[in-house]
Amino acid sequence: MASQIPPFDWQKLHSRGRVRVAHYAATPGAPGASAMVGPTPTPEFITCDGNEAVASVAYRLSELIAIYPITPSSSMAEACDEWAAAGRPNLWGAVPRVIEMQSEGGAAGAMHGGLLGGALTTTFTASQGLLLMIPNLYKIAGEMLPLTIHVSARALAAQGLSIFGDHQDVMACRATGVSLLASNSPQEAQDLALIAHAAAYRARLPFIHFFDGFRTSHEVQRITRVGDDVIRAVIDEADLADFRARALTPDAPTIRGTAQNPDVYFQGREAVNRYHAAVPGHVQTVMDRFAAATGRSYQLFEYHGHPQAERVIIAMGSAVETIATTVDWLSERGERVGVVAARLFQPFDIAALLAALPATARSIAVLDRTKEPGSLGEPLYLNVIAALARGRPGLGDAPRVVGGRYGLGSKEFTPGMVRAVFEHLQGASPRHGFTVGIIDDVTGASLSSDETFDLEPAEVRRCVFVGLGADGTVGANKNSIKIIGEQTGNHAQGYFVYDSKKSGSMTISHLRFGPRPIRAPYLIRQAGFVACSQFRFVGRVDVLRYTAPGAIILLNSPYPPEETWNRLPRDWQEVMIAKGLRLMVIDATKVATASGMGRRTNTVLQTCFFALSGVLPRDEAIAEIKAAITKTYGRKGEDIVRMNHAAVDASLAGLQEVPLPATVEADAWVTPLPSYAVETDFVRNVTARLLAGEGDLLPVSAMPVDGCWPTATSRVEKRNIALEVPGWDPAVCIQCNKCVLVCPHAAIRAKFFAPEDLAGAPGGFLSAPFRSAERLGRRYTLQVAPEDCTGCSLCVQVCPAKDRANPRHKAIDMVPQPPRLERDRAAWDFFLRLPDPDRASLDTGTVKGSQFLRPLMEFSGACAGCGETPYLKLLTQLVGDHLLIANATGCSSIYGGNLPTTPYCSDSAGRGPAWANSLFEDNAEFGLGIHLAVQRRAASARELLAAIGPRVGADLAAELAAANQSNEAGIAAQRARVARLKESLLGDSSPEGRRLLALADDLVRRTVWIVGGDGWAYDIGYGGLDHVLASGEAVKVLVLDTEVYSNTGGQSSKSTPLGAVAKFASGGKGVAKKDLALMAMQYGHVYVARVAFGAKDSQTLAALREAETYDGPALILAYSPCIAHGYPLHLGVEQQKLAVESGYWPLFRYDPRQAGEGKSPLRLDSSPPTVDLGRFMANETRFGILRNIAPERAETLLVQAQDQVRRRYALYEKLAGPMATTPIPQTPP
Amino acid sequence: MNLATPYLGLQLANPIVVGASPFCDNAAVARQLQDAGASALVMHSLFEEQIEAEQHALARHVEFSAESSAEATSYFPDYAEYQLSPDNYARQLGRLKADLTIPVIASLNGSRPGGWTEHARRLESAGADALELNLYQLATDRLLGGQEIEERMRETVAAVVRSVRIPVAVKLSPFHAAPANFVARLEGAGAAGVVLFNRFYQPDFNLEELEVQPTLKLSDSSELLLRLRWLAIISPQTRGSLAASGGIHAVEDVIKALLAGAHCTQVVSVVLRHGPRVISSLLGGLRRWMEERGYEDVGQLRGALNLSRCPDPAAHERANYIRILQSWRV
Repeated sequence: MASQIPPFDWQKLHSRGRVRVAHYAATPGAPGASAMVGPTPTPEFITCDGNEAVASVAYRLSELIAIYPITPSSSMAEACDEWAAAGRPNLWGAVPRVIEMQSEGGAAGAMHGGLLGGALTTTFTASQGLLLMIPNLYKIAGEMLPLTIHVSARALAAQGLSIFGDHQDVMACRATGVSLLASNSPQEAQDLALIAHAAAYRARLPFIHFFDGFRTSHEVQRITRVGDDVIRAVIDEADLADFRARALTPDAPTIRGTAQNPDVYFQGREAVNRYHAAVPGHVQTVMDRFAAATGRSYQLFEYHGHPQAERVIIAMGSAVETIATTVDWLSERGERVGVVAARLFQPFDIAALLAALPATARSIAVLDRTKEPGSLGEPLYLNVIAALARGRPGLGDAPRVVGGRYGLGSKEFTPGMVRAVFEHLQGASPRHGFTVGIIDDVTGASLSSDETFDLEPAEVRRCVFVGLGADGTVGANKNSIKIIGEQTGNHAQGYFVYDSKKSGSMTISHLRFGPRPIRAPYLIRQAGFVACSQFRFVGRVDVLRYTAPGAIILLNSPYPPEETWNRLPRDWQEVMIAKGLRLMVIDATKVATASGMGRRTNTVLQTCFFALSGVLPRDEAIAEIKAAITKTYGRKGEDIVRMNHAAVDASLAGLQEVPLPATVEADAWVTPLPSYAVETDFVRNVTARLLAGEGDLLPVSAMPVDGCWPTATSRVEKRNIALEVPGWDPAVCIQCNKCVLVCPHAAIRAKFFAPEDLAGAPGGFLSAPFRSAERLGRRYTLQVAPEDCTGCSLCVQVCPAKDRANPRHKAIDMVPQPPRLERDRAAWDFFLRLPDPDRASLDTGTVKGSQFLRPLMEFSGACAGCGETPYLKLLTQLVGDHLLIANATGCSSIYGGNLPTTPYCSDSAGRGPAWANSLFEDNAEFGLGIHLAVQRRAASARELLAAIGPRVGADLAAELAAANQSNEAGIAAQRARVARLKESLLGDSSPEGRRLLALADDLVRRTVWIVGGDGWAYDIGYGGLDHVLASGEAVKVLVLDTEVYSNTGGQSSKSTPLGAVAKFASGGKGVAKKDLALMAMQYGHVYVARVAFGAKDSQTLAALREAETYDGPALILAYSPCIAHGYPLHLGVEQQKLAVESGYWPLFRYDPRQAGEGKSPLRLDSSPPTVDLGRFMANETRFGILRNIAPERAETLLVQAQDQVRRRYALYEKLAGPMATTPIPQTPP
Repeated sequence: MNLATPYLGLQLANPIVVGASPFCDNAAVARQLQDAGASALVMHSLFEEQIEAEQHALARHVEFSAESSAEATSYFPDYAEYQLSPDNYARQLGRLKADLTIPVIASLNGSRPGGWTEHARRLESAGADALELNLYQLATDRLLGGQEIEERMRETVAAVVRSVRIPVAVKLSPFHAAPANFVARLEGAGAAGVVLFNRFYQPDFNLEELEVQPTLKLSDSSELLLRLRWLAIISPQTRGSLAASGGIHAVEDVIKALLAGAHCTQVVSVVLRHGPRVISSLLGGLRRWMEERGYEDVGQLRGALNLSRCPDPAAHERANYIRILQSWRV
């Protein structure tokens, strides 16, 4: 029983075969080590991530905070918004004004103005967001305005987008005149945030304070809090007073932003030099004040390592932590090595660098976490070279300096890599421009490193938790870190890795605890405690790879101990026995369910962790867990607290140890190798390895050089995440195909076919007579892809066919997946082999008919029950074979284009959507560009055809040029003509003939659809969208309107409705949603539709078809239920109905073609509101939460919203009514 | 003429009380009811189960999908500094108390022994003049007998009475085997009165969709008869207050309920149909009727036709049933 299970002996674990490490006596002022120097006031410890640490300081120092969400900086802005909403004051007792702008460019403009107006101003951003601020950064620096921007430094979109960390964004700002200050850990990020603000005011110049995205921004650490007293001691009020005195005022009018002529511009640009030159001195002064106030001392450049080091690495960011600990380890073993941390990268202080660099240094590697293709080296390297050249004139005994790159896009940077760099420096002629952390088999630039090299001290307890996104594992671990960090005196670190899927995603939590500050910004590879919250990962995820010899593995198992052991695959059993692991099991799901917590096993497993790990005495740990629960949930309701406490109490009783046998039993089952439906070498050699978690091992040569990847790879990945899947009862089914339409993952499909096609069907393949008057004698099958279904149950919700005798039973019911897996898998494979129907013969104007079209978007990683993907899937069904998609960055670009696998695929002829993503802000323009290219190519083809028509046959040429391609039959006929044309051109060697042959396929209709979310369409991309619609070009725009920035976590957009709570609108949005449809309609030549597939699928279908055939721009606003709305998404269809019936989302189509004498182009497709708006709103947490936090405001906003709904419908009715005149142009210009 | 009547130790200006209903959600409507002459207002029931369900749903939806994506570690603002389970009911009660001069009676429907007393105390401190416990629960468990259910109800009432100082009434369903006995036991547990009887949502069938749908039909005067009989039977046997609820639609209904022994009558459906002003006309009618017959005090009416005072007690008892059946002509 649990009470007899002793806590784990960590020292025993780590003493096995581990080298004892003593800390190297660091020089005063060394990074990290310096944290313990000096007169420290009573420290207040907090446990938080880097972002929160930074935001807390920035908030207290600001009066104006202009924000815009971008990963990984968003949580800093969110925190400030929430604090401001709650009325938390800044250092001077005022609540900062936090304002969300339409883009980072807008935020930069607002800040520029705010600074000129005399407000203490800040923001938080990263990556593309920082790039959008660059134009204003020049202005802000040029006008000497003390802005401080905190950047969680992130990669830039180049051959692909990356949300992860490196320094490319920050380095792109070098030329702007902004000072660049780096911090290396959450503690430093907090400290240097303050130093940056103080230095900016002192220097009168803008600062970017940056730290590694995710690695520092999201790493949770126990840190010493910077209190208000410290801020007061560091900030010089006189500097602030000077700044305020320079504000723009009519009382002492001045003029800024003049246009300057050749006579003065140059001099003016030089006038600021002395201020930039003074920056390093100011920064050091502030750092010294900070040291005096806190005891934590920082330098512009800091050296750590052997006093007579011969080999030195110079670096910035979290890598310094890893390098420093490796230096300690190597130095202990007699190696003369060291590291220089650059903190103030720009302005670069030569003297400070030279002072920090040991005179004994002979060989230096400068490591840059950025890439500048074609340059002589990356920025830090170039600066160091220039500094040494200028600082040591003559260069008689100059050290050899090489530059290297590491860590781009959050690539791991480990002690083994540091060691490899030092070894590289030992060689006779170290290579410049090397890389570390990857295998570059193309240019041979990469250094090889020992990934097993482990120098973590025995005193550090390492724990890894493998969980599922929705089971609360990460939340519980954050909670545990807080408990340990704040209750035990131990230092704690947590880092969390998520996979790229939004449904069924896996999370891996890496936790370290120890008596000293933890300086290991890299993932754990050998843990003494490993927990796995999902039994379904057994045999599928290599959880045991994280276990150190003798480690505890805690497994959530639905089986008793002996049975659990027997259900482990042979390779697991072997590893466990070989490593001497201790296997603990608990049926956490059962305990959680019994306590009323459903499948959230977090509390149960957290309790077990504390009981087993011995980090705290057991009783104390349980008391702390309960206290943390009360703190976390106390405000959410007493019953929630009670339920969680009950789960804690019930946990230990169910915890049992499984005694391990000495050997593996002969009949132990073997983990089947994952069976990917490998179709190409690329999939075999690249995609399959990414899926197997071996992406880090792929060499450079495996990568496409231009970021161009194959489509149709999601079908390779059988994720198998549904516990239940729909089971079909042909006897009840009415074959309406509504389930097929609503499925967000294209995992339930229908086909009709000839009875003879059933030959060879596997047992259990179901079919029924096809209910069709035109196709008598055919069979019909509704088939589920059991391993691709996410179990969202939308299909069952929408199914209208009930068993008359037992209405609870429908034509499809959710049934347990495992017992049917084999049968359904075989049936699915057979189903796929059944022929697709002839597209031209289908009535695609009906929902039923359209759903026999093969979807060319399937099995995306979108959330289970996603409200966006059904629209995209339908679009690919209707036009996928001639579709080009320009996709704005956001959810749709992530589930649409995030590796390792992507959902867009092709039909049996190999045709399918071609997809590309440019940026977030430019998607409309990007799509227009593609459209113009498509049009130009088609026009060129027609021109060539006209020129050489007689040679290919005048009739054919005329038919090709004048083909009607407005329907399936027309497109099919044109494809046949093009085939004939190409055949006739094969023998034509004239230049025109060859050019026409290359362009022949462009004679077939191609449509560009511009796809994105409301964040793009309503906010950041609105200017471009408006311009593109105004252009009159026949591009089609599909806005997947979730009414928030879904991808970055639910921030408010201008689409967010009145009364809804969202991030950046924590107090409930007080203004109405922008009516983008109405704005587009006012042009008169734009086809506009507002649709909701769950409310009226036939109208959605009609709108997509009409938009496609309209010879002008089209805009479709598609209502998309989202997890950010806060209700179970399987109810999305019902909720869409309520949205329409309440008038919240009226359906209509505005078709300029319909305008006639006295007739409006606007058709309302939904009735006047029949349901109270409050009923719709009551179902969603985004509205409901306001009733809890601000009931009066919720009531007021509800009344306003009801009024607005009524007024808007009345306006639409008026617009849809008979028109006195018809001033609206019927065709685009 | 004195229409004042005691109820649960409160002195009501007249016997027309607005029963548990959504009127209390709107302070302006509540004011209209008072202006029309309502002597007290019973708020709709605070359903403990519903509160808990809402709390669970909120916690679940806020947490759902949190910490499952690198870009979105949450989807809602972090309301660490907000109370997420505020008592909107108590807030509304406070608002009504501030707006109105007539007594406001809070109503509570709970599911857990602990929950009842916690909520009762909260409502008391929010200013409720009295509490009406709505004990109705559907007994669908074949293993749970009527005696056990009644004993649990009695214990609940006793616990609530112990935990508050304000008077507590109990609203009963008509489906007790021995209502008179049960009322006596409730009185023993400290209940200050009973309300006869509850009306509740009853499922109806949607033949189109083959679905079961909860419905609530407004009452009519025919429902009064059941109340009259039990008021008449119980009123001589209790010292506590009695309220008639269900079927009060005309002034005659009010008078009958008083004659049967009710201290007050609760009106809801009639106000939903005709608006607050119907209360004035009911009161006017009552006054006229009393004037015409020389009554000066409503107390004179109370119980005049109950089991102990009516000329023919058998009419209230089983004989009535037999006689009616026998006189029925097909």
